[in-house]
Amino acid sequence: MLQSPNTAPAIELRGISKAFGPVQANKDISIRVAKGSIHGIIGENGAGKSTLMSILYGFYRADSGEILVDGRETPIPDSQSAIRAGIGMVFQHFKLVQNFTVLENVILGAEDGGLLRPSLSKARKELARLSRDYGLEVNPDARIEDLSVGYQQRVEILKALYRQADILILDEPTGVLTPAEADHLFRILRGLRDQGKTVILITHKLREIMEITDTVSVMRRGEMVATVTTRDTSPAELAELMVGRKVLLRVDKTPATPGEVVLEVEDLRVTHNGVERLKGVSLTLRRGEILGIAGVAGNGQSELMEVLAGIATATGQVRLLGRDLNLAGHEDGRDRRRAGVGHVPEDRHHLGCIMDFAAWENVAFGYHREDDYRRGPFTDQAALKADTAAKMQRFDVRPPLPDLAIKHFSGGNQQKIIVAREIERNPDLLLIGQPTRGVDIGAIEFIHKQIVALRDQGKAILLVSVELDEVMSLSDRVAVMFDGRIMGTRDAATTNERELGLLMAGVTETA
Amino acid sequence: MRQIPRWADVVLVPLISLVLAAICATLVILAIGQDPWEAITTMVTGALGSAYGWGYTLYYTTSFIFTGLAVTMAFHAGLFNIGGEGQAQLGGLGIALALLFIPWPHWTVALLAAIIASAASGALWGAIPGWLQAKRGSHIVITTIMFNYIAYALIVWMLVDVLRPAGQAEPATARFGLGIPALSDIPGLNLVFTDAVPANISLFLALIACVGVWALLWRTPLGYEIRAFGKSEPAARYAGIRPVRTVMIAMALSGALAGMMSINNVMGESGRLLQNSSEGAGFIGIAVALMGRNHPFGVVLSALLFGFLYQGGAELGLWTSIPIDLRVVVQGLVILFTGALDHMVRMMLGVFFRPRKVA
Repeated sequence: MLQSPNTAPAIELRGISKAFGPVQANKDISIRVAKGSIHGIIGENGAGKSTLMSILYGFYRADSGEILVDGRETPIPDSQSAIRAGIGMVFQHFKLVQNFTVLENVILGAEDGGLLRPSLSKARKELARLSRDYGLEVNPDARIEDLSVGYQQRVEILKALYRQADILILDEPTGVLTPAEADHLFRILRGLRDQGKTVILITHKLREIMEITDTVSVMRRGEMVATVTTRDTSPAELAELMVGRKVLLRVDKTPATPGEVVLEVEDLRVTHNGVERLKGVSLTLRRGEILGIAGVAGNGQSELMEVLAGIATATGQVRLLGRDLNLAGHEDGRDRRRAGVGHVPEDRHHLGCIMDFAAWENVAFGYHREDDYRRGPFTDQAALKADTAAKMQRFDVRPPLPDLAIKHFSGGNQQKIIVAREIERNPDLLLIGQPTRGVDIGAIEFIHKQIVALRDQGKAILLVSVELDEVMSLSDRVAVMFDGRIMGTRDAATTNERELGLLMAGVTETA
Repeated sequence: MRQIPRWADVVLVPLISLVLAAICATLVILAIGQDPWEAITTMVTGALGSAYGWGYTLYYTTSFIFTGLAVTMAFHAGLFNIGGEGQAQLGGLGIALALLFIPWPHWTVALLAAIIASAASGALWGAIPGWLQAKRGSHIVITTIMFNYIAYALIVWMLVDVLRPAGQAEPATARFGLGIPALSDIPGLNLVFTDAVPANISLFLALIACVGVWALLWRTPLGYEIRAFGKSEPAARYAGIRPVRTVMIAMALSGALAGMMSINNVMGESGRLLQNSSEGAGFIGIAVALMGRNHPFGVVLSALLFGFLYQGGAELGLWTSIPIDLRVVVQGLVILFTGALDHMVRMMLGVFFRPRKVA
C-alpha cells in the first residue's frame, strides 16, 4: 500500500459514497489525480460533481471511503483540514467581501495575531511574489466591488495560493466569464500546472475540457463512469459518456414559415438611474419564427426583456397582436401573461422562481390566481400538485417530486420546471432569456427541442442569449444589440460568427 | 452548516433553549440570595396549579397569541412589525368608540362591532407605515416604532380631553355598557373556573384567528403572494405581484391582528379604555413569533409559555421576597436563548446528528 511520495497522486479517492436521504449523490467513487496536471471532472448538473468536491473540501463527510493526499490517508472533516492538507477551492459564487480591498480579502481568516498591520504587509510581499510567479497580476489595494468578475476570480485563486494550496479545485469557473476572460483564466491555470500545482476543474462544458485538461473523469448519476486522457477522446464521446446515450450537439429544425406579426416594437427607450439603457430599439416578430438577440451581456438585452415582460417601464411603442401595451407601469407581469406573453427570465434564481418554495408552488408562480389553480377562495393544491407531476413527467424532471423545494433540483431541472410553466400556458409570444445557462447537455437538447416545437406550433419566440453558438443555431433571424441599440438583423442561416462578432463589438458594415 | 432533522429543529431546539434559560434564571435567583426551588414551585402553582391561575395564564396567552400572529403575518411578507404595541392600543381606542356611543342590543352584536372596530383601527395603524415603506421607502422598523409613540400621545389626548367623563380624575373612559363573558361565566366551563377569572371568550377568537392566519398564508393566492413577496421582491414583481399592494395588505392584516388583542383586555378584562392598555404585549408578540418559528401553531404554544411566565412572575412578586422584576429577567433570558442564541443550540445539536464518519 505504501507508495513513495514522489510518484503518489496528488489526490486519491477510494470508494467514496455519500447519500442525502434516499438520493445517492456519490456511489463508490475512486479517482486518482496526478500531481502537476489539470484534471477535469465533467458531468451533467446533478451528477454528483459538486458533492464529491464538497467532500474533498470538508463541507460534507462521506458515508464511506477514504481520501489520500500525496499518498497519505488524510481525513478531511472540515475545510480547515482541507486547507492544511494543501487543498484550495474556488467556488462558482465567489466568497469575497465586496467593500474590502484585494489584500484584506486575501488575509481574511488567515490573519496572524491580533494586529492587522503586520499580516497585511506580510501578505503584500507574498502577493507580489505570487503575482510574479503565476502571472496573476492584481492591484492589492483595489476594492472588490470595483473589479470585474474575471479579476475577482483571480483574487479567489490568490486566496487559495496564499494559504499554500498545492491542489486547486475550481467549480464551474467560466460560468460567469466572457470568452476573453476565460482564455485568460486558462492561461493562468496552465501557468499553475507548469509550476507544479495540481488543478481540478469541474465543468459541464465540453469545449473547456478539450481545451485545457490533461485527464478527464466523467460522472453520471453519482457514479464515475470513465477516466480518460483528454488527447485520446472527443467531445462526442464525452457527451455520450455524460448522458449515457448519443446526444445531438446541434439543433435540428426545419426552415421557419413566418406568419402574421405578433410583436412590433418601435423606438423603445429605457432610462435607468440617469443612464439610457435602451436607445430606440425597434423590431418585428412574426408567428412561427425565433428571433435571437445576440450581444455581450449588459448591452440592453435584459432591459428589453423586462419591458416586454411588464417588469420595467419604458417609452416608445409596443404592439402585441395589434394591441398597444402600456409601458408606463400600469400593466404588470400578470397583465402581460393574460395578454399571451410567457417569460422565462434570464436570471432564474433571482426572478424566475422562489428557491425556498416547493416545485408545485413554483409551477403556480405568476399563474397563482388562474382559475384552474383555485377552488373558491383557496388554492387548489391537489390540482396544482397533479399538474406539477404531469409537467415533471412530460419534461423529464428528476426527481419527479412536486413537494421538493426547487432549490434542491439541479439547474437543468429547475429550468425545465420554469420552461414547462411558461410554455404550457400556450403563450402567443415567449420571451426566453439564457435558456440553457447552468443547464446540462441532456437538458439543453431537451429545452432547445421544446423551443423549436413551440415555434412550429406558430408561436413567436424572442430569444436572448450570450452564447453566440446557441443564438445562431436556434434562431431564424439574429438581431445584434450593442450599447442599447440593435446594430443589425441577419438571417441566421446565412450569417457567420465573424459578421455577428463585429456587430457585437459595435462595428457596422457602413463604417 | 450541518443539517439536523426537522423534529429536532421544531421540538428539541426550543426545549433545550428553555432549559438553558431556566438554568441561567436559577443562577440569577441564587445570586440574589433566594431559593430557586421556591421560585419555580411558586411560579408553577401560581400559573398552572389551579383553575384560578389558569384563568390568568390563559388571559395573557390570548393577548400574546394576537400580537404573536401580528408579527408572524408581517414576517412572512419580509416585514418586521415592531408596532404591535401602538396597533393594539389603537384597537382599544376603536373598541371604546364603538362601545361608548352606540347602545348595542346584545353582547354578541357588541362583540361583532368590537371585532370590526379594533381590527379596522389596528389595520389603519399598520397600513400607514406599510404605505410609507412601499411608496416612500421609509423603513418599517423605524416607522412602526414611531407610530407606537404617536399612538400613546393620541390616546392620552383622547382620554384626557375627549373621552374622560366630566368630573373623573383618572385619564380613562367611562365603563362600557356591554362586556363579553369570561370563561367563568360560561355554563359548563364555570364548573372548572369557579372563581371569576379574566380569561374570556376572546381566547376562542384568538384560536380561530390562528387557523385563519394559517389558512390565509398557506392556502390562498393572497397568502402565496405575501410569502413570495417576503422571499424575493424582484421575483414577486416578475410574477405580477404588486409590491405596494402586498406590503399594505400584509401590514393592515398584521395591524388588525394586533388591534384585536384589545377585545381581550379592553372589552373583556377592564371594560373601559385606560392608558397603556396593551402593557407591553405588542413587544412580547415579537418574542412569541420568534419562538413560535413564525408559524400560527407555534405561536399558540409560545404564547402559552409567555402567559405562564407572566402569570407565574406576578405570583413571585406576590408570595415570595423575590422582586417581581425577576419576571422581566426570566422573560429576557427566554427571549435571549430562544431567539438570539437559538442558532447556537442548533449547532450544538448538529454534533449529535452528524452522519457516520468516514471509515
